[in-house]
Formats: sequence, C-alpha cells, structure tokens
Amino acid sequence: METILGSTGTGPVVDRDGQPLRALNQLDAGAPHGDEPAGADAGTGGAGRTGWADRRAVRVLGGALLPVVLVAAWHWVTATGIVPPFRLAGPTAVLAAAVDMAERGELYQHVAISVQRVLAGFAVGALLGLVTGAVVGLSRVADILFAPTLGAIRAVPSLAWVPLLILWMQIGEDSKVTLIAIGSFFPVYTTVAGALRHVDHNLVEVGRAYGLRGPSLFTTVQLPAVLPTVVSGLRLAMAQAWLFLVAAELIASSMGLGFVLTDSQNNGRIDRMLLAIVLLAVIGKVTDSLIGLGEKRLLTRWA
Amino acid sequence: MSITSLSQPATGPRSALPVSLQGVGRTFATPTGPRTVLADVDLDLRAGEIVALIGPSGCGKSTLLRQVSRLDTPDRGAILVDGTAAGGVDHRCAVAFQEPRLLPWRTLRQNVALGLPHGTPRAAGAARVDELLDLVGLEQSAGLRPRQVSGGMAQRTSLARALARNPGVLLLDEPFGALDALTRLKMQDLLLEVHAAEPTTVLLVTHDVEEALYLADRVVLLGAPQHGAARSVRRVVTVPGARPRDRASAALAELRADLLEGLGVHTHHIPSPSADDRTVDGAVPLATRSIPDSENPS
Repeated sequence: METILGSTGTGPVVDRDGQPLRALNQLDAGAPHGDEPAGADAGTGGAGRTGWADRRAVRVLGGALLPVVLVAAWHWVTATGIVPPFRLAGPTAVLAAAVDMAERGELYQHVAISVQRVLAGFAVGALLGLVTGAVVGLSRVADILFAPTLGAIRAVPSLAWVPLLILWMQIGEDSKVTLIAIGSFFPVYTTVAGALRHVDHNLVEVGRAYGLRGPSLFTTVQLPAVLPTVVSGLRLAMAQAWLFLVAAELIASSMGLGFVLTDSQNNGRIDRMLLAIVLLAVIGKVTDSLIGLGEKRLLTRWA
Repeated sequence: MSITSLSQPATGPRSALPVSLQGVGRTFATPTGPRTVLADVDLDLRAGEIVALIGPSGCGKSTLLRQVSRLDTPDRGAILVDGTAAGGVDHRCAVAFQEPRLLPWRTLRQNVALGLPHGTPRAAGAARVDELLDLVGLEQSAGLRPRQVSGGMAQRTSLARALARNPGVLLLDEPFGALDALTRLKMQDLLLEVHAAEPTTVLLVTHDVEEALYLADRVVLLGAPQHGAARSVRRVVTVPGARPRDRASAALAELRADLLEGLGVHTHHIPSPSADDRTVDGAVPLATRSIPDSENPS
C-alpha cells in the first residue's frame, strides 16, 4: 500500500517501518477510553502539517542547498574574473590556504585556542548567569536590590570593557575569557530571571497547595517550567560568546581565529581572512546545533 | 468507570474531618483602600458531609475556600479542622481548582503522584496512584501528558491528585465549571461515586444551583445583606432526599427556584401546592407526565 507519510485521513500516521508515530497519533491514543468528546485542546500538535518536511534526509539536503549555491556562485565570480582576486579569493584558494595552514600545524592551533576560550568563558558566564538569574527571579528582595544595577552593566557595550580588562589582567587568557564570560552571562541571566518571574502563578499555587516549599517547590515546579527557556538562553549566550571572542582576539592576541583575521588583514591575505570567517561560521553553527540537540531532547520529554 | 473493590488506602488511615469556621473575615488592600470581602462567616461542616457554597459572581466563594485550605490567611476569626488550626498550608485539606492545573511536563500518573503526602514510601505511593487512576477511570491514559487529553480527563486527574493526599477535607473550587454540559453531569456522578468509596468532608464552590442541589447535603448561600457590604452566610438550606437524587425532582425544582431568587435571578417560576399534578397553562414537566403512564398501565 502506498501511503504518503503523515497525510491525514489514512489511519494512524506511521513511519517508514510501519510503526505508528506516537507523537502524531495522540488523538487516537486518547479516543478509546474518552467517555466524553475529546477536548479542543487534545492533539494540537499540528498532525497533518508534518510529514515529508520532518524527514532527516530532506532537512539535511534542503539545508545544504543554499551553501552549495553560494559556493558555486562564489567560484563563478572569481574564476571568470568578474571580481578581481585582490578583492575576493576563490573557494579553491581558500581551500589551499586551509591545507597550507594545516600542514604547518597552525590551523589546528588557532581553532583549538579559540574554541577553548569560548568554552571556558561560556561555562563561567552561563553558570554565573544561571545562579544570579535564579536568585533575582525568585526573590523579590534580590530583584529590587540587584536588577537595576545588572541592567545598567548589561547596557555597557562589549568593547568598552576591553581597555579596562587589559589594564587589570594584562593581555593574556584571563582578560579574554573574562570578556567572553561577561558576554555569555547576560543572555542567561536575563532569560532565567524573566522566566522565573513569569512562571504560571496557578502552577506555583498548586505546588504550595500540595505542601511544596522553598527548594522542593523550585525543583518540582519552577525549574521544570523554565527549563526550555533556560536552554534558549544558553543558545543566545553561545552566540554572544563567539561574538565576544572575536572582539577580544581582534584587539589583542597572538593566536586564535580573530588573530588570523587581523594578521591576514595586515598581510593582505584575503584567502586566510575568508578561511577564518568560514571557520567561525561552521564552528559557531556546530556549537549552536549541539545545544539545539539538547533542547530538542528536552522539549520532547518536557512538553 | 466502575468502582472496583477498594482496598484500605495504602498510605495510612484517613477519615473525614469536621471543619468549623468562626467569625472568619478577610480584607484585601486595594489602591482605593481596604476592601472587605468576607465578614463574620460562621459555618460548621460535619465530618463526611458535602456542603455546596453558592453565591453571585465575585462574592468571595473562592476566597472562603482559600481560607480553609490556608493558601490564604484570614484577618479575623478562626478556622478549625478537626478542632485545631493549621499554621501554614493545611496538609489535611486537598484542593482541586476550576482549571485542572496539571504540570504539563509530567504524565497524568506523575501528576497524581504529586498529591501523595510527603514521605510516602515509593511502592505504597505507586499502588495508591494506580488505585486512584482506576477510580477515576484513567488507568489506560496514565502515561499521557496533560495536553494530550480532553478537559474532562484532565479534571479527573486533578480530582485524583487531590484524593492522593488522603484528605480529611476535600476543597473543590468550581471543579466542573469549565467543562461541557454533558461531561459536567458525568463528573458530578463520578464525584458521588468517589465520595461513596472514599468518604471525606467536601466543600464545593459552584455557581450552578442545580449542581449544588444534586450533590450537596447542605447548600450555603453566600452574599451581601445589602449592596456593597461585606459578604457572609445568608442562608443554609438542607437538601432533602438521599443521593443519588432525581435530577428532575419537583421538590428540588422548587428549591432551585427559591435559591435562584436568593441569588437575584428572576426564575419566572410559578409555585404550585402539589408538584405532581401541575396544570397551569398545560405546562406539565415532561418527567412527571410520562412516568405515570409507563409505570402504571391502567
């Protein structure tokens, strides 16, 4: 039998192996024992609109389509000489630069130090953001005392910290990791504090009515309620971490992808500049996808 | 949704508890000055009794319920459950709200388990949750999440969660108000089945006079003596007849009209000395007209 995956009106929605897809058959699961009409809120998962667009192969191929077109266009404008090589190096030249740097052992070094800075700064900033956000979001007193000050510090543009951090910590790893930590702190702090402030009051009251208080109320009701928001805060923080990394490395560094950018600017190595940008895009997207993967697993468990 | 043989609760003894409200008052601070919602509420609930609290919208029914559960604290007066007042949220009471208020990230089974008293052993708790899911007819749906089930099923879960507390007093805040009419009738019968299987004192807030008369031993009418004054108990009506009651009973219809008038609703009801042979304008209720014909073929 040929059945279009996920089409409506063809019985239970099945995957390619013929197993019913649980998420798409919620209405069926509830029906046999529902002695009242299934409520309007049952099965609002949008069954019927999913299907071919959810298949992994389609998503991967579809997502790769635009990059392939862009690289092809890039190659075409450089190979035909429409854009002169000193303005834009072709993809093959960038690839050659990557191979060249990899053979000297430089490429790995630059990537590794940048990733290390981002992860260290992100870890410190996100953790502090979680704790501070939880305190400010849960306590009225902490909200009154700290929220305005933190809001003012958040308003300081990232680059404004650089001279001060260099003065205090000199040019080294500490000042860069601190700057990245500042960058990742605020998205996490803001989302966590905001989400905790707006946890459904009715659910908190249910927790209280069933004898939950303090830490047990937090772990049973408030934390699960904000967890999806926390993960999106982490995603924002990761993007900020990369932003602040490049800011730190552009200004004062002897290694890292930001250094590759400034160094190549001085040497006129446009192929290496493009290489650094492509690498930032790829690695940034990978770290974001890793958090996204965790988010997806969390949301299927959570809601 | 039948009552299976219920074993003795796995989590300790439970018995219905009496509740005594003595001169209870509650005033809220508002931008326009203090607003007294409740004043001098005196009410005694016998152990195992079902009492319905009715009154016009915004008359403080839910506020009174929140005082009994100690989710809110009265400014004046005392609330004694089984002769003693609770310091914080009263663990002898369990509340079910108008909305099911289920935790969306938990399955129905895990939501019911939230109601278990603190420190319940894991195995005993699981057995009790299974028993309650069976009681409210949700044993097949225990693994589903709240958004996957209908409003009626969510409300039954909420009821099971409240029962998991083994409450001496069950406080229901318009529990069926958001359900469709048919589901509401079924839930009322379910509540009576549950009450028969697990007797507890029930204080039920409702805006539905018929529901109050169908379920309750006594109906308490809450309201203000005059416009703008603080609300207190205006009438207490003992409902005649043993449960389950005939929904079409003529005696209840009289009482219903009476209570509705008390709520300020004009019922256009024409009282008659004998409800059995009502002939005013030929407006004979369908139930009283058809039953004699079918049961006594003369």
